[in-house]
Amino acid sequence: MIKTLTRRGLLQTSAVAAALALGLTACGGGGNAAPQQTVNSDAVEAALQKGGKLTVWAWDQSLKKVAEGFEAKYPNVDVNLVNAGTGNDQYTALQNAISAGSGVPDVAQIEYYALPQFALGKALADLGQFGAADLDGTFTAGPWSSVQAQGGVYGLPMDSGPMALFYNKQLFDKHGIAVPTTWDEFLEAGRALKKADPKAYIANDTGDAGFTTSLIWQAGGKPYQVDGTNVGVNFSDDGSAKFAETWQKLIDEDLLAPISSWSDEWYKGLGNGTIATLSTGAWMPGNLVSGVADGAGKWRVAPLPQWEKGGANSSAENGGSSLAIPAASSQAALAYGFLKYSNVEEGVQARIDGGAFPATSKDLASEKFQNTEFKYFGGQKANQIFAESAKNVPAGWSYLPFQVYANSIFNDTAGQAYVSGTKLKDGLTAWQKASVKYGTEQGFTVKE
Amino acid sequence: MTMTSPQVAAPAGAAAPAARTSRRASRRSWAGWWFIGPFMAVFALVFLAPIAYSIYLSVFRNQLIGGTAFVGLDNYARALGDSQFWSALGRVSLFLAVQVPVMLTIALVVALALDSGRLYGKSFFRISIFLPYAVPAVVATLMWGFMYGTRFGLVGNINQAFGLNLPSPLSSELVLASIGNIVTWEFIGYNMLIFYSALTVIPKSLYEAAEIDGAGQLRVIAAIKLPAIRGAIVVASIFSVIGSFQLFNEPSILKSLSPNTISTYFTPNLYAFSLSFSGQQYNYSATVAIIMGLITMAIAYAVQVRGMRKEL
Repeated sequence: MIKTLTRRGLLQTSAVAAALALGLTACGGGGNAAPQQTVNSDAVEAALQKGGKLTVWAWDQSLKKVAEGFEAKYPNVDVNLVNAGTGNDQYTALQNAISAGSGVPDVAQIEYYALPQFALGKALADLGQFGAADLDGTFTAGPWSSVQAQGGVYGLPMDSGPMALFYNKQLFDKHGIAVPTTWDEFLEAGRALKKADPKAYIANDTGDAGFTTSLIWQAGGKPYQVDGTNVGVNFSDDGSAKFAETWQKLIDEDLLAPISSWSDEWYKGLGNGTIATLSTGAWMPGNLVSGVADGAGKWRVAPLPQWEKGGANSSAENGGSSLAIPAASSQAALAYGFLKYSNVEEGVQARIDGGAFPATSKDLASEKFQNTEFKYFGGQKANQIFAESAKNVPAGWSYLPFQVYANSIFNDTAGQAYVSGTKLKDGLTAWQKASVKYGTEQGFTVKE
Repeated sequence: MTMTSPQVAAPAGAAAPAARTSRRASRRSWAGWWFIGPFMAVFALVFLAPIAYSIYLSVFRNQLIGGTAFVGLDNYARALGDSQFWSALGRVSLFLAVQVPVMLTIALVVALALDSGRLYGKSFFRISIFLPYAVPAVVATLMWGFMYGTRFGLVGNINQAFGLNLPSPLSSELVLASIGNIVTWEFIGYNMLIFYSALTVIPKSLYEAAEIDGAGQLRVIAAIKLPAIRGAIVVASIFSVIGSFQLFNEPSILKSLSPNTISTYFTPNLYAFSLSFSGQQYNYSATVAIIMGLITMAIAYAVQVRGMRKEL
């Protein structure tokens, strides 16, 4: 039926087409996919030539350069880049615009953990209609699996956050402590550091949902099982147990600085040797350069400590965003053109030059990228460590379709382990219960 | 309706004068509406409409799976059995019971001191005590949050300088008191100003009469000043009651520094905020807001009735 439409008509009714495509996927009509794609990739090219005004909601600063390059390549397109807030603020605005049915942007930046929530609410267009499934292999496994939901592709990965251990080398050298390669060694290093300097901590942590889920991911845990509206939440698997056991020791022995990330104290602590390490995503260097000028030359990057000594290296993603197209956009084809330019084609290099960490395998493997020397890290070629980490992210992880809410109540439940006698294991169970309760209220079929 | 109904049974010819009268009457009433109209329009738009909309929201339920459905009073039933809501209400009630009397007493003492005329540099004190009120609550909280820091903040500095080990003001046991401290600091000046302006309008002749009768300062305060400003005290109390129940800014900002000791349901307003902005439960959030509004009204009304009685 779609094939009988004229190209122009298809452009104008792309929102309808998106809805139809959704319906087809739901019916399991995989056979229709191939012819549909060719029509639509032409449609994208036609839309780019025809032009129009494209509204993009994103807080990522590196997109400014991308928009300029895009407008230069396709002179008929006018990109209106709007910063509608960071993270949750933007999601609230987006959700409101979608419910109101007006003021919906054509492209929106959405973090991986929040994407399933929007995909499920039918708020986003399935990019499968434009042949996005063909991009399999273009992106590293972690980000690529993060944009798949409900049997479709709901965004193109923009950046990624393969994790690494950032550490204050000067501090480790001063006390003669070896850089940990396993989490057990991390614990030992924490003890040794505290003994050498009671004011120094191996890391800061006041309970962070994103960090906790990432480490469970690294440990091979799969606490979330999502299949349409059937959702499983279970923090009693091995991965979660490994994390809870090690972290409980770190908490009990006061080895973690009770300083929240991104606070004033945190920035100071990273600079003055109070906080010795940071286990976080590859997007961190830019923040260190701008926020912790004192640390220049002192800090280095190492692979994320492992759960098993001598086993296959495992890593995880922490943070990162995709660009998605709201289903209500009337210019989905044109918007997809922008997504592809920004996240697959020329835009990727523009963003790398702006300090972003890409999600495309090709760029991660490129010599120029791998050999970039970081002045902040004393000339270390840190991208090699990040790129290696990106390869070692276990597949099959998924976030809840209501992860935004689940993360917001992490500190009400699991976070209690950091300030009271509650055990982390029980805290995670409490988090599970609260998530299950919310999911059930929202109409999901939730299993524990 | 009442004007025309007796005419219904009358013959058609007799209806003419009555119709004229009613037309004149309606013209009269319309003239009144022209004066009150602009106010009513704004009042309806900014005051009644949001309340009506909240009530409308509160009888529906929106699910991620299943969409919106009319549920009658289900949300209210849920709120009444919601332990998180009640713990939030309990927390602000405790806050109200402790912080408001402390704050109002200090404000009253300061106002009386300023009014006593014995203070050197009166206007300097008046302004410096009022100044914190001029600082936006957000800025004030950030500033206090920084001072509360046990590592690099003021508390940390004190610990270092005197070799102490003061507990963190943001720990579970102390966080409510620490918030109370910030609110007290912010609002003493405001309440002091209410009391002080009420004190300045007391006729001087009363003081002269008291002096002739040989009354001391304390007697003047007890017999003249306090009774004279009782209205102002009641007003300040009502404002403080409302302010306590609406506690939001301070815990919401400190939460980023101490996420585990300030829960998403720390105060009723914070709970309503989390429900709607991270949980997308706008309907239930509206219900919580309406219940809180009713409770606040009831308690503010009780304070007023109690305060306005002749004998204290």
